[in-house]
Amino acid sequence: MLKKKHLLGIAELEREEIEAILESAASMKDILKRDIPKVPTLRGKTVANLFFEPSTRTRTSFEIAAKRLSADVVNFSSAGSSISKGETLKDTVRNIEAMIVDAVVVRHSSEGVPHYIASFSKASVINAGDGKHEHPTQALLDVFTIKEKKGYIEGLNIAIVGDITHSRVARSDILAIKKLGGNPIVVGPPTMLPLYVEALEVETAHCIDEVIPHVDVIIMLRIQKERMKSPLFPSIREYSRLFGLNRKKLEKAKKDVLIMHPGPVNWGVELSPDIMDFERNIILEQVTNGVAVRMAVLYLLIGP
Amino acid sequence: MKLKKQLMNKEEIERALKRIAYEIAERNKGVENLCIIGIRRRGDILAERIAKILREIEGRDIPVGALDITLYRDDLSLLNIAPVVRKTYIPCDITGKKVVIVDDVIYTGRTVRAAIDALMDYGRPQCIQLAVLVDRGHRELPIHPDYVGKVIPTSKDENIAVFLEEVDGTEAVGIVE
Repeated sequence: MLKKKHLLGIAELEREEIEAILESAASMKDILKRDIPKVPTLRGKTVANLFFEPSTRTRTSFEIAAKRLSADVVNFSSAGSSISKGETLKDTVRNIEAMIVDAVVVRHSSEGVPHYIASFSKASVINAGDGKHEHPTQALLDVFTIKEKKGYIEGLNIAIVGDITHSRVARSDILAIKKLGGNPIVVGPPTMLPLYVEALEVETAHCIDEVIPHVDVIIMLRIQKERMKSPLFPSIREYSRLFGLNRKKLEKAKKDVLIMHPGPVNWGVELSPDIMDFERNIILEQVTNGVAVRMAVLYLLIGP
Repeated sequence: MKLKKQLMNKEEIERALKRIAYEIAERNKGVENLCIIGIRRRGDILAERIAKILREIEGRDIPVGALDITLYRDDLSLLNIAPVVRKTYIPCDITGKKVVIVDDVIYTGRTVRAAIDALMDYGRPQCIQLAVLVDRGHRELPIHPDYVGKVIPTSKDENIAVFLEEVDGTEAVGIVE
């Protein structure tokens, strides 16, 4: 059971809380499969999506999740808002709150914005991605998907491949996997691993071929050109050859290896197009599970 | 929870369930088109037992399900912490079926109201009937059970609990403190 008012990061969650979210999410997924995929639980509650950064998947996912629970949803994106008229973040949030909302789902390019909002907000704050810091609901849906497929997380070797430094998904995934007893391995060129990578207390590797035979799950990350200040590798082709995944490289993998990606995928960069119809590519199942996990989070935070 | 005063023992629970099963078969003229759904988390165990007895007396299997009503509760806003949502299992398409809801204790009737709402989202049953092991009174809604194991008049500040082998390791109904 969730004892907190906000969901700011995986770092703040205890193992039992993660497990409670995953258990509730499994029940939520059953609801999504019914003829009437809607329950009255959050009737009368309002969820505001505050997105200061582009997003389709996460925002839509939160919106569908809230609507499946009968909450009302308002969407706010910084483009075309009063932010461009010079309104401060605090004023924007205060004003939206004044319209009486129960939860605000926040995405922002600066780390710590959800924490800042939580410091003065009466509503529950859910972090939907803050800069390079955390993206807790993505990590929750990732571990939910792995658990659903494998039955457990304990003892699994899970590779996270790509730009670890700039990835909030990687940071949240590492924390969630470790809290559930799994073994995350981060893979990427030295320029894409954080300077003090040992602080993450995870195994590291600089070559994808080295880890492929030993892992149960491979989470591929997107190359985030928008967060890179200078190029971190000589060329896309070289990156793709050394750190991208294709069917040929997967021949050495375990028979039941799972391929995941938080999306959006750059086909031809981190994933070769021949992975698109690979039978253990579960990228779209992650998206479905995202709705179930976000329903569980909304229910546990603003249900009572 | 400590048992203060025992009101039913193992044999009495068993006899009550047997009588309920016979009444269900009598009222519905057999078990044709019947589906039994228990409310978690003790009603589902009682539902299994009633179905087992019906199987013995009618000689055929009856679909049994379990319902978690958490998402349909009307008192969530009164709680501090949201309870974990457990799985609901509906064994068949309930549209056109005679559904018997089973719960351990009926009190205010709000749980049953939630269960009826939840069931309606799964289909349109021909009818819904209600079986309970204990009716302790104090209804807050116009809901009345069709099959009752035992009526136990209580005061509002007393607490009735049903203990079942499967979850509690013992069998009893009683007042607890």
